[in-house]
Amino acid sequence: MEVMIALAIGTLTGCGVYLLLRARTFPVVLGLTLLSYGVNLFLFATGRLVIGQPPVISGAASYTDPLPQALVLTAIVIGFAMTAFVIMLSLRSRDVLGNDHVDGANQAGDAP
Amino acid sequence: MTAHLAIAPILLPFIAGVLLLALGRLSLPVQRWLALISGLAQIGAAVALLLAVSGGDMLVYRLGDWPAPWGIVLVADRLAAWMVLITTLLALWALIYAGNGIDGQGRHFHVLFQMQLFGLAGAFLTGDLFNLFVFFEILLIASYGLALHGGGAQRTRAGLHYVVMNLAGSTVFLFAAGLIYAALGSLNLADLALKASQLAPDQLGLARAGGLLLLAVFALKAALLPLHLWLPAAYGGTSAPVAALFAIMTKLGIYAILRSHTLLFGEGAGSLAHLFDPWLMPLALTTIAIATLGVLAADNLGRLSGYLVLVSVGTLLAGIALGSQGIAAGLYYLPHSTFTAALLFLLADAIKRRRLQHGDTFTPDADMAHHALWGGLFFAAAVAVTGLPPLSGFVGKFLILRAAPGQPWVWTVILLAALLAVIALARAGSELFFNAAQVRADTPSLLPASQAAQAIASGRELLAVGGLLALILALTVFAGPAVDYAQATAQQLADPASYISAVLGGKP
Repeated sequence: MEVMIALAIGTLTGCGVYLLLRARTFPVVLGLTLLSYGVNLFLFATGRLVIGQPPVISGAASYTDPLPQALVLTAIVIGFAMTAFVIMLSLRSRDVLGNDHVDGANQAGDAP
Repeated sequence: MTAHLAIAPILLPFIAGVLLLALGRLSLPVQRWLALISGLAQIGAAVALLLAVSGGDMLVYRLGDWPAPWGIVLVADRLAAWMVLITTLLALWALIYAGNGIDGQGRHFHVLFQMQLFGLAGAFLTGDLFNLFVFFEILLIASYGLALHGGGAQRTRAGLHYVVMNLAGSTVFLFAAGLIYAALGSLNLADLALKASQLAPDQLGLARAGGLLLLAVFALKAALLPLHLWLPAAYGGTSAPVAALFAIMTKLGIYAILRSHTLLFGEGAGSLAHLFDPWLMPLALTTIAIATLGVLAADNLGRLSGYLVLVSVGTLLAGIALGSQGIAAGLYYLPHSTFTAALLFLLADAIKRRRLQHGDTFTPDADMAHHALWGGLFFAAAVAVTGLPPLSGFVGKFLILRAAPGQPWVWTVILLAALLAVIALARAGSELFFNAAQVRADTPSLLPASQAAQAIASGRELLAVGGLLALILALTVFAGPAVDYAQATAQQLADPASYISAVLGGKP
């Protein structure tokens, strides 16, 4: 399971960084979204992976660390708001600048 | 009352912001008055907080009265109170300047402004790493709105870069916080400092990676090399009062570096001690060097001021890298550099409104109205920002250099940067004020005549610019007490044990 989670985080983050470095706003927004998925999974794993245990300290020998879950919840909410904002801003910049290049310039030979 | 003092600078702008939003369709003058009252109340709270902690006590505010490592705490020590006071003083004059009509160019200017202050105060006062992230997000989302306030192509382009850079930065912050939690098992700053000294050897790699990722995030906020590229365009492109308020945002990055450098990775941190040490001085000096090149190359006053902010950030970081004496010098230089940066942004805008064709670019233009007055103010600001005597910049730079005996590189870079800044500002001043060109009558003005006349008539601009100059003068005249306070702050920072025992040990 550790390998699977690690691979998932790695793939999400790698794809996110790649897309973030693209020159069009749409891939950049997708990249930011993938990055935030990656970081949410990562935060979830920081409490160590435990299966089938309650997220409360109840005297049982083993429990799931509840704090990372709270952190992930906060991060999801903030990430959601930020994604909505950056989508609106991308639309606005497409509107104002006339194209969807991140520098607002349509350079020749610049593949979309 | 004292019991709740630590949360007052956070609650006041929050309440004002929510009120402004809830009351909705208030007319602009009413909104301005509300914002002004809130600003004055915040200054009052910040002064009271500073007086309460200046003796060396720390006010620890436990939200919900949960004991420290589990509940969330706010901690007001000398450093936090100092930063909050600087923020509130700066905000007041930026707010007064915004009253010249800039706040009416879009909706919710005052709401966003108060929310930004809410985030700033929270970030300075929080004693919890994850809460630092949350307050960063609050001030960032307010700053996105403010940076884009008024619209326009250049502002949108610079704003998009600014937003995407900071969103990526927030993700890295989460990775860093997650790594540190995984390695140390806590997010409370005092608890982290305590646990850093008992770190298991097999967790060392995780903790070091988390710590250095934190440095990268704070370096992005402070706009240190090589993460500085967004700043000149974003600050030069946005409206003047917003750029003036943003002058404190780079200092927030510096504050976060200073806090984690002294508290988390200080002397007592065992195997994590001095984690930032090899990075700070090279980063500081290269930032100053590259930013100085930008100062020389800038073709308008807004962009020039943006690069001067970078120079001041580098200078501050050099102070932090020099140890306790340097930190004290840096803490004295910090308000000075914040106020002068804000002053320059406001002046750039005031000049832009008065030069009819070329704005604040260094191109000869028709003689502006009241050129002697604005030229004189620009001269005073230039003296302050380059650190020439007699203003406080000289005292601050002198103290930083005095803290660096036998370090020729620090002396060379800081002094050379000051010289080049003097040259660039002298050129800027002569182009803006002396080199008046004959303007042909048939060339259309950039501004409509009515707007130009209104711009000249505005006394709020003079009031705000004069207020900031008065703050710089006060910092010069009362340099003695200010330096004493800065040194006491540096001493307090050098002793993380007092912070840890104030937060974790003892009284409910």
